[in-house]
Amino acid sequence: MTATEPRTNAPVRANVLRDTRNVFVRELRPVVRDPFTLIFSLVQPLVFLGLFAPLLIGESGAPVGETLQWFVPGVLVMIVLFGTGATGSNLQYEMMTGSHERTLVAPLARSSLLVGRALKEIAPIVVQAILIVLIAWPFGFRIDPLGLAVGLALLAVFGVGLGSLSYSLALATKDREWLFWGVQQTLIFPLLILSGMLLPLESAPGWMRAVATVNPVNWVVQGERALLGGDFASTAVLWGWVSALAVAAVGLWLGIRAMRRSS
Amino acid sequence: MTNPPIIETHGLTKRFTVKRQEVAAVTDLSISVQPGELVAFLGPNGAGKSTSLRMLTTLIPPTAGDARVVGHDIRTEAAEVRARIGYVGQLTSGSFAQRVGDELLSQGAFYGMRRADAVRRADELVESLGLTAIRSRSVQQLSGGQKRRLDIALGLMHAPPLLFLDEPSTGLDPQSRANLWEHILRLREEHGTTVFVTTHYLEEADRYAERVLVMDQGRVIADDTAPALKSTLAGDVLTFGFGSADEASAALAVLARVTGREATLDESGRATTTVPDGDALLPVVIRALDDAGLAVRTATGVPPTLDDVFLALTGRSLREADRTADAGTGDDAEHTEPAAEAATNLQEASR
Ligand SMILES: Nc1ncnc2c1ncn2[C@@H]1O[C@H](COP(=O)(O)OP(=O)(O)O)[C@@H](O)[C@H]1O
Ligand SMILES: [Mg+2]
Repeated sequence: MTATEPRTNAPVRANVLRDTRNVFVRELRPVVRDPFTLIFSLVQPLVFLGLFAPLLIGESGAPVGETLQWFVPGVLVMIVLFGTGATGSNLQYEMMTGSHERTLVAPLARSSLLVGRALKEIAPIVVQAILIVLIAWPFGFRIDPLGLAVGLALLAVFGVGLGSLSYSLALATKDREWLFWGVQQTLIFPLLILSGMLLPLESAPGWMRAVATVNPVNWVVQGERALLGGDFASTAVLWGWVSALAVAAVGLWLGIRAMRRSS
Repeated sequence: MTNPPIIETHGLTKRFTVKRQEVAAVTDLSISVQPGELVAFLGPNGAGKSTSLRMLTTLIPPTAGDARVVGHDIRTEAAEVRARIGYVGQLTSGSFAQRVGDELLSQGAFYGMRRADAVRRADELVESLGLTAIRSRSVQQLSGGQKRRLDIALGLMHAPPLLFLDEPSTGLDPQSRANLWEHILRLREEHGTTVFVTTHYLEEADRYAERVLVMDQGRVIADDTAPALKSTLAGDVLTFGFGSADEASAALAVLARVTGREATLDESGRATTTVPDGDALLPVVIRALDDAGLAVRTATGVPPTLDDVFLALTGRSLREADRTADAGTGDDAEHTEPAAEAATNLQEASR
């Protein structure tokens, strides 16, 4: 047994960039090792695509391609909402089993423990969104490459924010899983329905439309629709970005604060 | 007193508020540990061992008091402390979703090790902790003992100058426990690592620790080497068997006269007494009994265990203390139960 000298003679210092990368790489490993989990979690969006889109088509009488052009961006945001919104439960599990505690004792910047995790959310979002778009393509969904690229970036920013919020919730609820899921479910369905993701809100009662105007998910969905349709000049794009960036800013701020207080 | 202490605490105290009731988890912990020492915290469930470690490793802030660890204040210089310590917590260090090998490499990266060094070190630890066959398995798929060995490998990755281990051998079979200690002792030998361990196993504290801090109800109630604790706080138990109950009763007076200690009859009717320096007294007592015309059939001298020390200090055995701790609070009983059981078995075995 030789060469056992990794002893930290010069102790490492927390370094936000390096630590964030290390946390990010660690979080990404299980995804890379087992990419089928990503495909498996596509079941839900595919069910919506396969069973809900026909209803929309049947009701509106619009051509399939046109309906998909309206519906697919909503499905992409839905992937973010359900996938990323639940990611805090992974952290909560690690808080209960002990591995989160181990990372807290490591010389890592507290912020990187949150940011590295949140950035990892981008990977499944991008992979799953591209797969959904490719599946919808043969049915008449038009792909605007630049629009798709910017649209994916919008989803990524929104996902980082939502993921951070989910982590904040996990850090706040500690070992009370029921509380995490209770809050998560209470929020996620109103956010979903009041975003016009599945059904247009035009015929909704006035109060619902009023609430929807302050729902960032609604603005992200509209921005995503404009982008995937290649309509860069639309103000929806601007509001989509403003909303996504605002969610990211609030999420990261809350998340980092919660991580600093974590024990 | 040549070196500055690697751990120094003054009045370190932690109180939790649970359902509006205050729980004094640790009260007034004032200790000093020199570099290179191997110190064990020995105490029943709920004694405050984990809470002490969690304060020293910067996981939770103390309610009162202060501490310097590896030269840095745990409150104001937490990052400096973290960079210089290693920690194996009481629960599972590996994330269930991760693979064994991946967790080791991540841990290396967290501590600023170069990848090549991390790979080499991981190889070495995987090999000697018997994790080779399960290296590419996810933590979730491991047995309890395998998880614990991974925890230890993770704690040893960066070979820190000060290593805290919270009940590291809980759930390990005797073979793995021996391997674990081999690692810890080698780490000390090669790097002069200071080791601070909490344990439930009397035998472990007795055998490996140079210094034992006995903890009960949040306070350190004794602090010395195991032999010193045993000779000052407990004694050797001398037991003598006779052919008849009359002889045994008559022997009590002789025993009391020779040893100066009270003697009693044990449950199998033998005369017994507890004395310091029993090895030297045993032949003396036998001769005195002979002279008194009492024929000694059997004679045993049993050295004290740390449980006797605990009994002498608190009036209860460690096992009883565990039982009351588990019944009293619904804390981490679920996790500590196997430990309590193991400790109980050990105490029974040592009787
Ligand atoms: N996070 C916590 N919140 C409330 N009480 C706690 C917490 N951690 C420990 N305690 C209480 O503090 C006491 C000491 O616990 P602990 O340090 O875990 O003991 P040990 O490790 O010696 O078994 C116990 O009564 C336990 O219930
Ligand atoms: Mg404990």
